[in-house]
Amino acid sequence: MNRLFLNKLILVLSTISAIIGMGFLFWILITLSIKGISSLHFDIFLKDLVNNGIRNLLVGQFTMALIATVIGVPIGMMAGIWLREYSNGSRLASIIRNLSDVMMSAPSIVIGVFVFAIIVSPINHYSGWAGSVALSIMMIPIIISTTDNMLSLVPKELREAGIALGGSKHKIILQIVLKAAKIGITTGILLSFARIIGETAPLLFTSANNAYMTMDLNGQFPSLTVSIYNLANYPDEKSRDLAWTASFVLTVIVLFINLLGRFLTRDKG
Amino acid sequence: MAKDIVMDIKDFSFRYAGANKASLKGINLPIYENKITAMIGPSGCGKSTLLRSLNRIHDLYPGNEYKGEINLLDIEKREYKNILKLKKENELIKLRQRIGMIFQKPTPFPMSIFDNVAYGLKLSGIKDKGLIQAKVEEALKGAAIWDEVKDRLKDSALGLSGGQQQRLCIARAVALKPEILLLDEPTSALDPISTGAIEELVSELKKEISIVIVTHNMQQASRLSDFTAFMYIGELIEYDKTDKIFLNPSQKLTEDYITGRFG
Repeated sequence: MNRLFLNKLILVLSTISAIIGMGFLFWILITLSIKGISSLHFDIFLKDLVNNGIRNLLVGQFTMALIATVIGVPIGMMAGIWLREYSNGSRLASIIRNLSDVMMSAPSIVIGVFVFAIIVSPINHYSGWAGSVALSIMMIPIIISTTDNMLSLVPKELREAGIALGGSKHKIILQIVLKAAKIGITTGILLSFARIIGETAPLLFTSANNAYMTMDLNGQFPSLTVSIYNLANYPDEKSRDLAWTASFVLTVIVLFINLLGRFLTRDKG
Repeated sequence: MAKDIVMDIKDFSFRYAGANKASLKGINLPIYENKITAMIGPSGCGKSTLLRSLNRIHDLYPGNEYKGEINLLDIEKREYKNILKLKKENELIKLRQRIGMIFQKPTPFPMSIFDNVAYGLKLSGIKDKGLIQAKVEEALKGAAIWDEVKDRLKDSALGLSGGQQQRLCIARAVALKPEILLLDEPTSALDPISTGAIEELVSELKKEISIVIVTHNMQQASRLSDFTAFMYIGELIEYDKTDKIFLNPSQKLTEDYITGRFG
């Protein structure tokens, strides 16, 4: 077998694989668009689930994701800053880094079960808070790793220059190093938000779902993803149509947040 | 000690954290007031390590070990203090406000040209906006970059050329009116024209600031400096007036290095 033939063979094989992969992706997107758009009315954004709309679901989903961000970003960023700037490569730091990586790939249902056990089960009912906590647990390792990686890209000379100018270490980190890593960290936060906004498993038995508009985080809380899961299992056509539409809306939202993340980093390669 | 010595390094040794051998051994070196002292030597000879000891920037990384004395002159009191005795972060911050440092690669902060220079002033506790404005302008003029940037002080410093960035960093350092300025191969990342501008600026600055410069470029050392220290594998081999070092060195090793027999 000569190398030109081998080259062609591998080219053909990898092209076929790419086409198969892309094919499924487009199949999903096209099906989703056709089924989703066909019953997409402006109406559904004005009505709640109880009236066959998704208004309360969108509000609920975003509320929980935003609370998760408010909990997760400071914890994740501070942990990332400690890992990169203060741990001096200690053993503890490498253990935490590894644990965080493991957490990142932990099945999201496990996180749901965990929060069920520590929050839902003791207080004996589902709540929006429990859902937010579950989402924040999903988010923290992503934020830790982004902060850690983005800070590692800031040249050490920049820190030294700040110190040499008479700055204290924490001032230089907060005012210069974080500023230099700002775009990367912001993008990481956006992408992790996009990741949790589409999660179902951590919410399934933490926030559960609610057909009515509510802002009471102490009770069952409306969730778009859990609704999609429920609606898809209902026998009637109307519910399943709504599930498709909700899926389509969710996909567009996630796509939009991802594009925003790309847009922010467009000049940075 | 003669009082025109601003910094006197005595029997100084330095060991990096985790290293089993000292990187600097028994260094004795005076730094004269309002003169330029050049440190030359092949890569790994310890000249940057020595320079980075003079403002204790090594302390950013834990576990390094200093021995000996580095005595810094308090210009007002006319007395010396050993900077290796400083322990608190506050004392080190004060030290670094008195001893500026310029790095090999320009290190502009990700902020506007004006804010870059104002940042150090704010760190030093100046709050008066008018005073900051005046000092920034004075520093940029002093670093011979004012004419190039006066119309775009609000623009990001990252948009400047390498040479301009380096002069901005010098402006940032001189704005604090340091007594000593340390330069760690300040032109090795720059083109010849920018290098010329920086060299001119450095010889201008010595009227007010004592300067220590580490350089790989022997022409630069001979053009610029009043005194030259030649280092080799962690030791100071020879220190003298620059003319003497380049025209008539007393050590064979120095002669071999400056004539390009090794390096």
